[in-house]
Amino acid sequence: MLANAVPANTGLANTGVGAGFALTSDALTKRFRNGQLAVDRIDLAVPSGSVYGFLGPNGSGKTTTIRMLLGLIQPTAGSHAMLGLAMPDRQAAALPLVGSLVEGPAFYPHLSGRANLARLDAADSTADRATAPARIDAALDRVGLLAAADKRYKAYSLGMKQRLGIATSLLRPRQLVILDEPTNGLDPQGTREVRALIREIATDGTTVFVSSHLLAEVEQVCTHVGVMRAGRLVYQGPLAQLRGQAGLLVRTPKPELAVTVLSELGLAGVRQAGQEVTAELGAMLPEVICERLVLAGVPVAGLETPRRSLEDEFVELTGEGFDVD
Amino acid sequence: MSTDDVSTEAVSTDDGSWLPQVADPATARPPAAVRPRLRWPDERLPGRASPVPAWLRFFHSELRLVFGRPRNLALLGVLAIVPVLMGIVLRLNLGSAGGPGGPPFLNQLAGNGVFLALVVLFLTLTVLLLPLSVGVVSGDAIAGEAGHGTLRGLMTVPAGRTRLLAVKYAAIVVFCLAACLLVAVLSLIMGLILFHVGSVTLLSGTTVSFGAGVLRVLAVALFAAAAMASLGAIGLAASTLTQHAVGAIAGVLVLTVASEICDQLPELSAIRSYLPTHYWLSWDGLFRSPVDWSGVEHGLVSYAVYAVIFGAIAWAKLTSADITS
Repeated sequence: MLANAVPANTGLANTGVGAGFALTSDALTKRFRNGQLAVDRIDLAVPSGSVYGFLGPNGSGKTTTIRMLLGLIQPTAGSHAMLGLAMPDRQAAALPLVGSLVEGPAFYPHLSGRANLARLDAADSTADRATAPARIDAALDRVGLLAAADKRYKAYSLGMKQRLGIATSLLRPRQLVILDEPTNGLDPQGTREVRALIREIATDGTTVFVSSHLLAEVEQVCTHVGVMRAGRLVYQGPLAQLRGQAGLLVRTPKPELAVTVLSELGLAGVRQAGQEVTAELGAMLPEVICERLVLAGVPVAGLETPRRSLEDEFVELTGEGFDVD
Repeated sequence: MSTDDVSTEAVSTDDGSWLPQVADPATARPPAAVRPRLRWPDERLPGRASPVPAWLRFFHSELRLVFGRPRNLALLGVLAIVPVLMGIVLRLNLGSAGGPGGPPFLNQLAGNGVFLALVVLFLTLTVLLLPLSVGVVSGDAIAGEAGHGTLRGLMTVPAGRTRLLAVKYAAIVVFCLAACLLVAVLSLIMGLILFHVGSVTLLSGTTVSFGAGVLRVLAVALFAAAAMASLGAIGLAASTLTQHAVGAIAGVLVLTVASEICDQLPELSAIRSYLPTHYWLSWDGLFRSPVDWSGVEHGLVSYAVYAVIFGAIAWAKLTSADITS
């Protein structure tokens, strides 16, 4: 089932496949008090063990969705479950297994990075005090902040702040890590570091749900993507699926004959435009097609297998650039 | 004897409990690697392993936050200066002080340094120093976390909304006690240094020992702390209504001043005793023999009612609010 792209809003969350999903939602909706519909009936299905890129332009409802998922704000309608536990009823059981960074890092400016993590760990009623110092240092080490652990938070650079935010989600073993715009404001070097961290978290088998308005930043680490546009989930599925099927383009002085041959080969979407014939490549090898065309007497002036870029797909889905600030 | 023997023996004593059953500690202790797995089912995290209850750890962290903040320490510092300054000023003006209209007990000050504490407590309450300090700490409690953005971090830990509120209020009460006792104890020390010390003549004319006098002063300090704790509940409620700590703090101070003004207006005599500040100074019964408890009792009931009402408002607001900070 997961091998295929799941069109948005098909109610996948209803199909009882909760075991294979770290995160599901069913028609999750948030309408703010001012009447603005921020999130409109989205059906998320985040497979366990995936790195799920939650993409969309700024203001498309990503952060509002994440706040709902974590129980910070109440949905107007719909339901969702994390790690198979219904939210918000079971949030006391679910949230300790979920690490999160919501809308940028936020800490006490006068405390050190270490003291800030200790504060959050102390607030966790299920965390073990005895192992706290070791766990805190391990989390700081993982994000490369151990050397700056005793510096005050307000003296941290933006990248360090962002990394400390990620460290909070690593204070204890998690089954799901939700990161909201973890690369926001980072330089290319910092972005690379965050990507490496996400990869590292995912190799432990932890599901990572990462939101971004910059496709290029998460494209390299994601296995699955969900695309938001104006509060709606307009696409959801494996990244490879979105990348789109390669096409076939044949340039020939005998386009009609080429159309016949390609149709006989069983290619879908065969279309003629002037001296160019296009079709979907499917599973067929281009060298085989070329051979058949030549054998059938089609003079092949040119043959290409154009692939649409991911960026093109996204722009088509979201209707606008990703970096609308 | 191998470790296998140890574990076999330990298992053989199994009656559902892993507490040592055998007198010999060497055979009673199960192997460390086995213990956690048996004590907690797999899906549960190894929480509650520490002998320190989780809430105590959270409370300790909150106290460190309140008493570690430079601003709060500055407030306590200002409160600590008042007894010293007042002691010196009153000592220098001993001859001329004590006309009608001054703080109560000022006339007795020459006779006994114990009364310095009462003069200073009276002043810090009416000149709003104590209410200001408590207003700052309580108004900042939730609004400050919201303003820093740390509230969403605590919520997703999850700290638990009711639990967070309880810990916050407990820390406010501790701050009230610390502030009032700081003023009282420092005043007693300054009184000892600067004024005549001996048996204490009460308002009813009877004389009690110096030690009994000190005890009564400390009782006044506790009564003032109770008044401040009640004000702290109001501040906590205000704190849940805004993301701006300054707003909550200002609200508490405006309420205090308004209540004190209303308490002076003869037109409002009917509602006077329902005002939150009405009983703040009704401790003179403690300096009679036998002790007249009526003022203190009325005060404590009034404080408790205010604390319950505003505690309920804070709880209702925080547990239902969308955390959008």
